[in-house]
Amino acid sequence: MAEILLEHVGKTYAGGTQAVRDVSLSVADGEFIVLVGPSGCGKSTLLRMVAGLEDITTGTVTIGGRVVNRLEPAERDIAMVFQNYALYPHMTVRENMSWGLKNRRIPKDEIAARVEEAARMLELHPYLDRKPRALSGGQRQRVAMGRAIVRQPAAFLFDEPLSNLDAKLRVTMRGEIRKLQKRLGTTALYVTHDQLEAMTLADRLVVLNGGKIEQVGRPLDVYHRPASTFVAAFIGAPAMNLLDARIEAGHLWLAGVDLGRVEGEARAVTLGIRAEDLQLLPTGGLPLRIDVIEELGAGRVVHGFVDDQPLCVSLPSGAELPAQLHLGAAPEALHLFDAITGKRLPQSVHSSAKVHA
Amino acid sequence: MRRFRPFDHLILLLGAAFLMTPVVMAFMSSTHAATEIHMNGLFLTPGTEGLATYEKVLTQKGGFTGTVTGTRMVMNSTILGLGFALGKVVVSMLAAYGLVYFRFRFATPIFWIIFTTLLLPLEVRIMPSYQVMSTLGALNTYWGLIIPLLASATGTFYFRQFFKSVPDELLEAARIDGAGPVRFFLGVLVPLSRPMMAAIFIIMFVYGWNQYLWPMLMTTDERFFTLMRGIKTILQVWIGSQVPDYNEAFALAVLAMLPPLGVVLAFQRLFIKGLTESDK
Repeated sequence: MAEILLEHVGKTYAGGTQAVRDVSLSVADGEFIVLVGPSGCGKSTLLRMVAGLEDITTGTVTIGGRVVNRLEPAERDIAMVFQNYALYPHMTVRENMSWGLKNRRIPKDEIAARVEEAARMLELHPYLDRKPRALSGGQRQRVAMGRAIVRQPAAFLFDEPLSNLDAKLRVTMRGEIRKLQKRLGTTALYVTHDQLEAMTLADRLVVLNGGKIEQVGRPLDVYHRPASTFVAAFIGAPAMNLLDARIEAGHLWLAGVDLGRVEGEARAVTLGIRAEDLQLLPTGGLPLRIDVIEELGAGRVVHGFVDDQPLCVSLPSGAELPAQLHLGAAPEALHLFDAITGKRLPQSVHSSAKVHA
Repeated sequence: MRRFRPFDHLILLLGAAFLMTPVVMAFMSSTHAATEIHMNGLFLTPGTEGLATYEKVLTQKGGFTGTVTGTRMVMNSTILGLGFALGKVVVSMLAAYGLVYFRFRFATPIFWIIFTTLLLPLEVRIMPSYQVMSTLGALNTYWGLIIPLLASATGTFYFRQFFKSVPDELLEAARIDGAGPVRFFLGVLVPLSRPMMAAIFIIMFVYGWNQYLWPMLMTTDERFFTLMRGIKTILQVWIGSQVPDYNEAFALAVLAMLPPLGVVLAFQRLFIKGLTESDK
């Protein structure tokens, strides 16, 4: 049980590569924080710095009120779950879980009790005396979690723990990790590149890009108000449509269509629209030339072009579609970003209909 | 299912015969009297002198001083073989552990220096080695026989490659589990390396067992005679009309084959695993 505090944390590798720059983050006790970003964004490096597996170049990491920069991983009161599980292949499940406690000179009966408790929680009882090689991927993942639980650490660190599992198992394990963490009330830092995993698990998301924090927030806040085009494109599937548009004469224009009133002088902007926020109109609106239709069963994703700019729309399955669609979106669903920096613009779009009405 | 292929079996049988005949011949000849062998050449049929020959070889005191028996020679060879094998496994594992898991300057150049010594067989450095051991007063001792040959580039190389193939996460998990360098080595690496240890052990045991030149140089005291030297001395008695005790030489050669055979049989499974499989 502990807060984790990162202050201006940075990592520069020997070659001069800056993997993480100036990351500050405060994690509350019992909070589930997911670090998400594309590969190479520094999320794993950040986690490994908290774990003590990488040296911290600048800044401080505090766990439970203790600055841990110079402490060995074992002294930091954390437990880590690795992507490839990192179980000791020559030890049985029971030995895997108890080895760390033995090294810590915890009395035997206490070790037995803790292993027993973890095995009960994770339903590992039938496998306690098996070697990891005799277990399936999901069971190995459980053992890796069991090894973390028996430590009773101040914080769990997860490094893409579900990446090696098949899609179905991933969903099940995702739910279990979440339930377990809530039940134990242990602070957790979780690294993933899967935005869906991030959305479903997190109390708060930290979106990283190029070693810097792009946005921190609750999953739905991040989803509904992405702070930049990067976050907009990364969170949500299909990715948010990003189109070149213009503000001119107090209106937002895309492909010669007036999308609503907006403040500000004439300038080029990037317009973001989620695929599910677009609706079919009988006539008018944005003309979409259909290119490809992906049938998903429950719905379909239509890919096409608006004035040579690619755009995709989520629509319910059903009737045949004509070659050209007419699309519209509520003004609240339009996101404006700076065309150059990609940062979110403060203006919002208002319906122009009211003006004309 | 594979069909029974007579031709395949024929090839295998011929191969087996090709490899086995000399061994069988040596064994059969060792059961005949020396003069018989001298007159008729080698035998592929059993003779009548077998038991007597082996008993004589194992118990009769021979050599210049008349103190060394076959048993003694078997013991000496075993000490040498085991000493080499165990020592080399320990030394090269520790060396590879240092090279792979500890960040220190020039680790890679040091490894390559060790590696190039593969190109230098014992014979090249045998005089300086002898000089050093003789100055240390290690002539005619077991440790003098064993220690100079313990550093093994082959072993270090194999263990280095093996350790490199162990996932880094195991080390990291062990660090989080509070294991220091010693505990990680003994608790994780050594158990994981068992097949590799067995493979190196076999190779090095046979290597040590077959040593001839080095023991001959290092020991003048007949108490330290090994089997290999014993065989040689038996054949060296061409004085006047005396016929060498061929049968005894063959008997010793057969005896000399047994322990390596035993070691290989005992470790066969692990040996193959160690050389082929990467089981992590």
